[in-house]
Amino acid sequence: MAAEIRPKRPFRWHIGVFLAPALLVYTAIMILPLAGTLQLSLFRNIEQHQVFVGLQNFRTLFGDPNWSVNFWNALRNNTWFFIIHMLVQNPIGVMLAALLSSPRLRFSAFYRTAIFVPTILSFVIVGFAWKLILSPLWGVAPHLLDLVGLKSLFTPWLGKEEYALTALSLISVWQFVGIPMMLIYAALLSIPEEVIEAAECDGITGMSQFWKIKLPLILPSIGIISILTFVGNFNAFDLIYTAQGALAGPNYSTDILGTFLYRAFFGFQLQVGDPNMGAAIATMMFLIILGGVCVYLFLVQTRLRRYQF
Amino acid sequence: MSTATRSLPRTIGAHAILLTYTAIALFPVILVIMNSFKSRAGIFGAPLTPPTPGTFDLIGYTTVIGQGDFIHYFQNSLVVTVASLFFVLLFGAMAAFALSEYRFRGNTLMGLYLALGIMIPIRLGTVAILQLMVASGLVNTLTALILVYTAQGLPLAVFILSEFMKQVSDDLKNAGRIDGLSEYTIFFRLVLPLVRPSMATVAVFTMIPIWNDLWFPLILAPSEETKTVTLGAQLFLGQFVTNWNAILAALSLAIMPVLILYVIFSRQLIRGITSGAVK
Repeated sequence: MAAEIRPKRPFRWHIGVFLAPALLVYTAIMILPLAGTLQLSLFRNIEQHQVFVGLQNFRTLFGDPNWSVNFWNALRNNTWFFIIHMLVQNPIGVMLAALLSSPRLRFSAFYRTAIFVPTILSFVIVGFAWKLILSPLWGVAPHLLDLVGLKSLFTPWLGKEEYALTALSLISVWQFVGIPMMLIYAALLSIPEEVIEAAECDGITGMSQFWKIKLPLILPSIGIISILTFVGNFNAFDLIYTAQGALAGPNYSTDILGTFLYRAFFGFQLQVGDPNMGAAIATMMFLIILGGVCVYLFLVQTRLRRYQF
Repeated sequence: MSTATRSLPRTIGAHAILLTYTAIALFPVILVIMNSFKSRAGIFGAPLTPPTPGTFDLIGYTTVIGQGDFIHYFQNSLVVTVASLFFVLLFGAMAAFALSEYRFRGNTLMGLYLALGIMIPIRLGTVAILQLMVASGLVNTLTALILVYTAQGLPLAVFILSEFMKQVSDDLKNAGRIDGLSEYTIFFRLVLPLVRPSMATVAVFTMIPIWNDLWFPLILAPSEETKTVTLGAQLFLGQFVTNWNAILAALSLAIMPVLILYVIFSRQLIRGITSGAVK
């Protein structure tokens, strides 16, 4: 390093100049509003004035059945949304990455590029395209099921309370499977040849090589993917909004925290928007995400051994 | 690597699984684009066949171009994305340089402060961001979106770029200092050109979420003048629920520019992800 700490040196203005724009924008547009939102959740608009009411908004959120029923419903749905991602998206991503990283696989660049395509599309496109495909009007989904003789299984999934959330979760999985695939693929590529060769000398090949050698080595990446999935899922909004609207129908069965926040903040149809309740919900989302990140940082990451090559 | 471990059935199995998944990933996209070129009868009669001379029809596209102000929305999206990208890259690279090049009190703390935004989504501050924009009269302007997206993109950009800037040779920078170059010249003339490949990676990562975002355009800039293409498509799709030609054409128009850019830059993007910067 060029700059060694020496006593009595002139103040280095250029450091400030380099840092200032980023710090300014980041602090003004991101950190202060975040803090402001947390603060707003402790206030209430009474006769055009913001009055400090302590935890009153949270008491309403958890105590008033008009709010608490919706909140717990959204939280439950959001948890299910997350569980499906963990159970479907991440294992599929790991499997695809493991297949892609096998040596001398032809067309692997093509597969990689193609499987990542849905990830770059906007939620509006994804939500609507799937809505059309699953629509009984168009008949693409029943037609395809008919080809494999399962036509009787078809129902309008997005329109049924018991299936809609699962169907949307799977659509989201379809869209984002590229991310775990790429990150795991990168981790698998960084395992040095010697480790694999040593395993082969010991006669560990194929599936058992994956389970016994590679999987333990990519656990830190799986940890990162899990926390990314967690943050992304508990912050999700767009897909539900485009596919089911702000009311997250049918009958709120696909309501997650993001759509609940939107309705509380902006109001919808007969419900009037309430920024303070919106801030209270955003605060709960903040605490949930912060909790998840802390669990990851302090419990998961410290226990995962990192291998340095 | 020995080839003995690669047996033929295993390779065929791998290709079969990957091909199946590729089909699942591409099927909806191809289906939408294919049917957007068909007449209404063609769309419903045989959704799974490519357009034939009998079913080929551009009625959907003419409706979209005629009805929606898509070119205008497109311009808005382009302005917002390019401007945010410019500021994220410039400010991000400057901050990353300061953090990776100089030792000063609070360096680590500053890095952690900036990294906070990688994990905590900016969306949670929406309530106060809207108040801020209302207070400063920026609601329904593209400036509001550019500011928000710049703040949103900065944390990851600083994080990735400082990893790369650490790899730039110290000897080179010191040679520049001995030749009497100012710190600013060293940054703009020596360091920036050397980290250009990683800037491209950050650009792709920053660009996709900005282009596709629905939340902030919906909340901060929903006016006709400032609609982005994502919001425009969303509203258009809601309006034309029964006009399948128009819907499929609008979806295709929204897919194609992103798809073309992706095909051009996919090598860059994938190299960026697999280069270890974001492991």
